[in-house]
Amino acid sequence: MSRLSVPKTYKLAIGGAFPRSESGRTYVVTSPAGEFLANASLASRKDARDAVVAARSAQAKWAGATAYNRGQVLYRIAELLEGRRAQFVDEIVQSEGVTAAVAGAQVDATIDLWVWYAGWADKYAQVAGNGNPVSGPYFNLSVPDATGVVAAIAPQDRTGVSLLGLAAVVAPIVLSGNTVVVVANEAAPLSAISLAEVLATSDVPGGVVNVLTGSPAELAPWLASHADVNALDLAGAGSIADGAWVDLQITAAETLKRVLPPVEGAPAPSLERITAFVETKTVWHTKAML
Amino acid sequence: MSFLEYAPAPESTAILNLRDSYGLFIDGEFVDGHGAAFATISPSTEKRIAEVACADASDVDRAVAAARRAYDRTWSRMSGADRGKYLFRIARLIQERARELAVAESLDNGKPIKETRDVDIPLVAAWFFYYAGWADKLEYAGLGSSPRALGVAAQVIPWNFPLLMLAWKIAPALAAGNTVVLKPAETTPLTALLFAEICQQADLPAGVVNIITGAGETGRALVSHDDVNKVAFTGSTPVGREIARAVAGTGKKLTLELGGKGANIVFDDAAMDQAVEGIVSGIFFNQGHVCCAGSRLLVQENVHDELVDRLKTRLSTLRLGDPLDKNTDIGAINSREQLDRIRALSDIGEQEGAERWSPACEIPSNGFWFAPTIFTNVSTSHRIARDEIFGPVLSVLTFRTPEEAVAKANNTPYGLSAGIWTEKASRMLALADRLRAGVVWANTFNKFDPASPFGGYKESGYGREGGRHGLAAYLEASGWQAPIESSPASPRSGRKARKAVAK
Repeated sequence: MSRLSVPKTYKLAIGGAFPRSESGRTYVVTSPAGEFLANASLASRKDARDAVVAARSAQAKWAGATAYNRGQVLYRIAELLEGRRAQFVDEIVQSEGVTAAVAGAQVDATIDLWVWYAGWADKYAQVAGNGNPVSGPYFNLSVPDATGVVAAIAPQDRTGVSLLGLAAVVAPIVLSGNTVVVVANEAAPLSAISLAEVLATSDVPGGVVNVLTGSPAELAPWLASHADVNALDLAGAGSIADGAWVDLQITAAETLKRVLPPVEGAPAPSLERITAFVETKTVWHTKAML
Repeated sequence: MSFLEYAPAPESTAILNLRDSYGLFIDGEFVDGHGAAFATISPSTEKRIAEVACADASDVDRAVAAARRAYDRTWSRMSGADRGKYLFRIARLIQERARELAVAESLDNGKPIKETRDVDIPLVAAWFFYYAGWADKLEYAGLGSSPRALGVAAQVIPWNFPLLMLAWKIAPALAAGNTVVLKPAETTPLTALLFAEICQQADLPAGVVNIITGAGETGRALVSHDDVNKVAFTGSTPVGREIARAVAGTGKKLTLELGGKGANIVFDDAAMDQAVEGIVSGIFFNQGHVCCAGSRLLVQENVHDELVDRLKTRLSTLRLGDPLDKNTDIGAINSREQLDRIRALSDIGEQEGAERWSPACEIPSNGFWFAPTIFTNVSTSHRIARDEIFGPVLSVLTFRTPEEAVAKANNTPYGLSAGIWTEKASRMLALADRLRAGVVWANTFNKFDPASPFGGYKESGYGREGGRHGLAAYLEASGWQAPIESSPASPRSGRKARKAVAK
């Protein structure tokens, strides 16, 4: 006689807590074959705004942590993912309808991606910043600094990206000290919430990564227009509706957000994704005449 | 005559050899525009300087087409070394004609000759000289092994530093291998047209630099032109928003350098005489027509009275008047429109309860003038503490703790500049870390250099001008090969190996 399993309730991840949508709404998540998997929270405008508040509250302290510390926290995510590999493989198999080998490869790529970005935390500033030989008695240094709160739409493809796509968007945003509100893959959101559970137990401070499940088409306009969001990663917004991401960029122009346009699939790991969400700060100081 | 009075010492305008009217500079020559020509005037006298053509949509088309041809046929095929040599030539020609350019700039803009002579024009030459050297070294710019030019750049610049803003735009664009169509501000087109002559003297290939004059309509047609690959704008935040909307979804690369409401923070241990000089240059340099001006003075409460007294004394020695006079500190406001805005916001400051003070100073009868003004008793909710005035108006606020200084300094949608005055280096560096501003001047203010990146956080825009970062705004990164497997299609080998061991 087989044991009766205990299914998980999938909720949102906001400010280090796992609340249901304040709207009380859920939506049915199924496998590609149509089998019922879960009732995921259908995040509302209010949830998105709460997530922005949580992200803003966490930003200064996260950016103020040492780069070495942020790097270790990101590396810790990889360690915990490795330990919970089976759970993620299982979720991806169910929600993407792929084989265990294909799902395993996605989990592996995700773990490696965290490791790769973790190593950048205390190095990207040396590559993206520099001293400047100005014509005068001044010390002059340019260093990158986190942009602030970033809203992101994770890749929305039905297969191949439900976990990797989310990580490929979130990791380069947070490593420099930004905090993020990310809208997970709508059709396959389960591993995103499980990843948020990993983050909650891996020293990532509450509010640094906030995960919303639900409809990107519904949530993205609120995030694009939110005055306390500094940048927008539209990685997965290409699939919302034909050309709808352009309207999001137009909305974002009102508050002069930095905007990364949609990409196909999961964005490849790159230094450019890190520097897309940093500001170059240049500090001048006088030198005394000796 | 008191000891601070001087006999007038106006710079002669005889060095200028201006035409009575200027066409558009397209494809290497001056041509007629199809819009209604307009006059550019001297804001200190309201006298007409020259007539300037206005580019309509068909002229914009012609200019962009010329830039495209020059890009395809000449500039993109030329070696970086040769592009650099043209830029070096331009830098030298600017140095040779520096006095003439300084006089023309002061005449057209209203800013004091001592500023155009000692700041604007030397920096223009320096900017071209700096970026000239980059042209054959792009693979060292940190953008991968073979960064590519973008194509045709559409550039729209403001009236506060006319030729300097031109240099900030054109020098990195050409060094990176782009061709440009640039529109100067309608009130200050003169030095851009002289620059067109310099391009001819440098024998720069036709179409690499095109200068089209006109107002907002011309700029709108230029930035929304389909055949433009890059848009660069310096100016007001509302226009920056409009451009960001127009460019959305087109794939054009965009840099925006917009407004600011910079905080100049003075601690009680600051070297007060230096701080006073820094505050003066922070807000009264260029009549306060500076996007990164230190327009909010945050002074530690216990030294407020002393500092304001010293500031008032110093302001009383500033000389307002003829921009061409070598002794002039404060020149003319650039336009009647800008003067009206400064007056309106200052009146609101009084109405909201702030205390207004200006030194006794004689205002010339013609032209646009505004006496240097200090508002004390300003609170963070006042319009004069929030809105960019873009004039010689300083709002003074106080703070008690470094924490409060940071909170007040960052309490603005802008994020362009900030100043810190303290003799304590550890406090300066801690503050610099926490100020949300693209440029932080510590124990100095309003310093610019071609090697130093400049640009804002938040609604002050995005992208940087100057330095290696400024070059990146005109290049497509070639990037590096993604170092790890990002496609889930093929399982990584390391995993297999470890599993094999585990068995």
